[in-house]
Amino acid sequence: MNRLALSDEILLKIDKPARYIGNEINSVKKDLKDVNIRFCMCFPDVYEIGMSHLGIQILYHMFNQIEDVYCERVYSPWPDLDQIMRERHIPLFALETQDPVKEFDFLGITIQYEMCYTNILQVLDLSQIPLLAKDRTWDDPVVIGGGPCTYNPEPLADFFDIFYIGEGETVYGALLDVYRDAKAKGLSREEFLLKAANIPGLYVPAFYDVRYHEDGTIASFGPNRPGVPSVVHKEIMMDLDKACYPLKPVVPFVKATQDRVTLEILRGCIRGCRFCQAGMIYRPLRERSVESLKTYAVEMLKNTGYEEINLSSLSSSDHRELKELVTFLMDQWNGQGVNISLPSLRIDAFSLDVMSKVQDVRKSSLTFAPEAGSQRMRDVINKGLTEEVILNGAWEAFLGGWTKVKLYFMLGLPGETEEDIREIARLSEKVAKKYYELPKEQRNGKCQVTASSSFFVPKPFTPFQWVSMNTKSEFLGKARIVNEEMKAQLNRKSLRYNWHEADLTILEGVFARGDRKLCRGLLRAYELGCMFDSWSEYLDNDKWMQAFSECGIDIDFYTSRERDPKEILPWDFIDAGVTKEFLLREYERSKQAVVTPNCRSACAGCGARCYQGGVCFEN
Amino acid sequence: MKFVGHLDMMRYFQKAIRRAGIDIAYSAGYSPHQIMSFASPLGVGLTSDGEYLDIEVNSSKTSEESIAALNREMAEGVEVVSYRKLPEDAKNAMSVVAAADYRISFSEEVAIPSLEQLTERFMMQKEILITKKTKKSEGVVDLKPMIYGLRAKNDTLFMRLATGSAANCKPIHVLEAMAEMKGQEETREAAAALEKLVVRTPYAICIHRLQIYGNTGSGDAPVFTALEDLGEEIV
Repeated sequence: MNRLALSDEILLKIDKPARYIGNEINSVKKDLKDVNIRFCMCFPDVYEIGMSHLGIQILYHMFNQIEDVYCERVYSPWPDLDQIMRERHIPLFALETQDPVKEFDFLGITIQYEMCYTNILQVLDLSQIPLLAKDRTWDDPVVIGGGPCTYNPEPLADFFDIFYIGEGETVYGALLDVYRDAKAKGLSREEFLLKAANIPGLYVPAFYDVRYHEDGTIASFGPNRPGVPSVVHKEIMMDLDKACYPLKPVVPFVKATQDRVTLEILRGCIRGCRFCQAGMIYRPLRERSVESLKTYAVEMLKNTGYEEINLSSLSSSDHRELKELVTFLMDQWNGQGVNISLPSLRIDAFSLDVMSKVQDVRKSSLTFAPEAGSQRMRDVINKGLTEEVILNGAWEAFLGGWTKVKLYFMLGLPGETEEDIREIARLSEKVAKKYYELPKEQRNGKCQVTASSSFFVPKPFTPFQWVSMNTKSEFLGKARIVNEEMKAQLNRKSLRYNWHEADLTILEGVFARGDRKLCRGLLRAYELGCMFDSWSEYLDNDKWMQAFSECGIDIDFYTSRERDPKEILPWDFIDAGVTKEFLLREYERSKQAVVTPNCRSACAGCGARCYQGGVCFEN
Repeated sequence: MKFVGHLDMMRYFQKAIRRAGIDIAYSAGYSPHQIMSFASPLGVGLTSDGEYLDIEVNSSKTSEESIAALNREMAEGVEVVSYRKLPEDAKNAMSVVAAADYRISFSEEVAIPSLEQLTERFMMQKEILITKKTKKSEGVVDLKPMIYGLRAKNDTLFMRLATGSAANCKPIHVLEAMAEMKGQEETREAAAALEKLVVRTPYAICIHRLQIYGNTGSGDAPVFTALEDLGEEIV
């Protein structure tokens, strides 16, 4: 057996010790004698969440295909182990070799949501790596961040050596070459970073300076030395069939949140919902071919033994060969206990037919995401889902035997009126009413319509990146109105309503559109003990407020302040494909409640055509 | 595998069986599951040389081929050593379990003086009463009839204990009861040393399961047969 970093005494004391022992099926073992570069890949949250993430599996697989590179994994130790490691000064270790992370050449951290930022500091701290990039030497790994949050990396600028902006499949090879070369020539860390900064997609924050106006907005942003690009272009993998795919994903012992094969069928989205960052930054839409997908599905199920396959994408129905793929999967594994899950699917006759074959209709629920209650508001956010489509979908579902429907909404959308949000309850009521239009003998007891609302957080690279976000009391006031309206409905006994926590949303709002000045506040919050903020039982809002006030951070500056279109935004130096002109155009159209057709209907000229492929060149 | 819990181990085998291409049978219904039963859950912290699970198959390759196929899919630390056919009318593994053998050793730095003597005295008792707490109630249980064998040899304990749904005795319960033997002069020191281990450093106690048995005799005159011997080689 491999040596474990933690003693039996510790492992038997903590919850789910199998999180920390490695040795999982399909984890990679290499002889360190043959390895020149050690890369530690981190998802800064608990193991079960991190192990569910496809991106890490892709990169793990990609790095380990390179002969002299050994990629290992690390996740955030849960607070029980965190405390023991601090008390006993046990350095954080990678799962495969159980060696300290500090001994690695690279520490790559995927940054999927804002509320993991304190966990990033936890990982660095437990690894005994200096938290601030400026304090690191060649004795420390090069700390590199990737993932959606790097589309505004500024609130994390002080803690990372490099940010990788865009899709990970493209330029890591070039970075490793630069690293090998730097080591061979004995270059300084700074010289190495300077070379890295010239690789497309890589952003080295230390080489850029920000100056501020007196009001806190940015006066100027740019390179602080020659030879550093002023614009960082996102990286994108245009031909997904040529991208590497993890056909042997690591299968954990502990049950992961996603305990199934994940098959990414397409990347990007044609819909252009104006609140959705993913729908903008992953443009243009690119499909994997159905042939590749069939092969992947067969291989991955065989290599993992999973009993479920999840077809993942931002909008599955937009894959032009989805029917062929799903029919293939159902034929292939009919009766052999393979379940197919299809999230983000449009509810129509086809999807209901598929779902009725793979799930227990009586137990499962159908999910719609109207996002807004009124048609006017749905036009504002460019959510091309009409009431008619929702009610027809629900009707079909009720006919098919379903009795549970979930509806997802957002509160705090720009320009929202009280009337708009009351429509959330009224739409829920209309769905419930549909059910009771069924003849009594066709009904299966009562129906249950559950409406959930989250609070809207404006994100960079969306048409709403300039708008004012609601305050906590506005959010909660709105939730109360919806709740009250729900109770006023005729079928109120069939309606449920729940809403998200507001404190977390506000913090998310601060960091989503934050700047470098937040680094201090983040560090202070971590010093005060903030960690696992996305876990409601660990979120300590008072400590955050204390940290912000000690560091002179004004929350409203980041959240409720409406930005002028001429203002320099912290993320303006990134070219994400969609142009500022397009985003502004969309912002203006939203104010008129004018919808913009999806990419397949008509090109909106967003700018992503520059990548010379995908949906922009389908015909 | 010491730190992988029982439910995780079950999931691990479900997947391994699929990967190995074993033609396992599935239950009917909307969420078909593999027909599989584990003989006896092994707790976190315990190791074992004798774990069993039984499965229902539609067809099967030979024992040798199946063992090889399964072992190609095992993680380091788990090995399939036997694959045997059970009679058509066999009850599932879980319900036939009657006893299990354990080896208890202690970390190198721990020594228990006169362990043999303690063991002997312990087994001379007519009854061994302990308080057993469950989620719902608390009751006094006599361990004696559930201990089919107990001996000490070179600082190591070997025990055969009643296991299964009818009567179930865990090694730790025996150790806890042994640690209670502080009353007598001869056993005071050993019991105190054991108590310290059980209470303060339970991780220094290494509990290793050696074998699981079914009862092929009767209730009064049990004959313990290793589960493996209930099946036959597939050739």
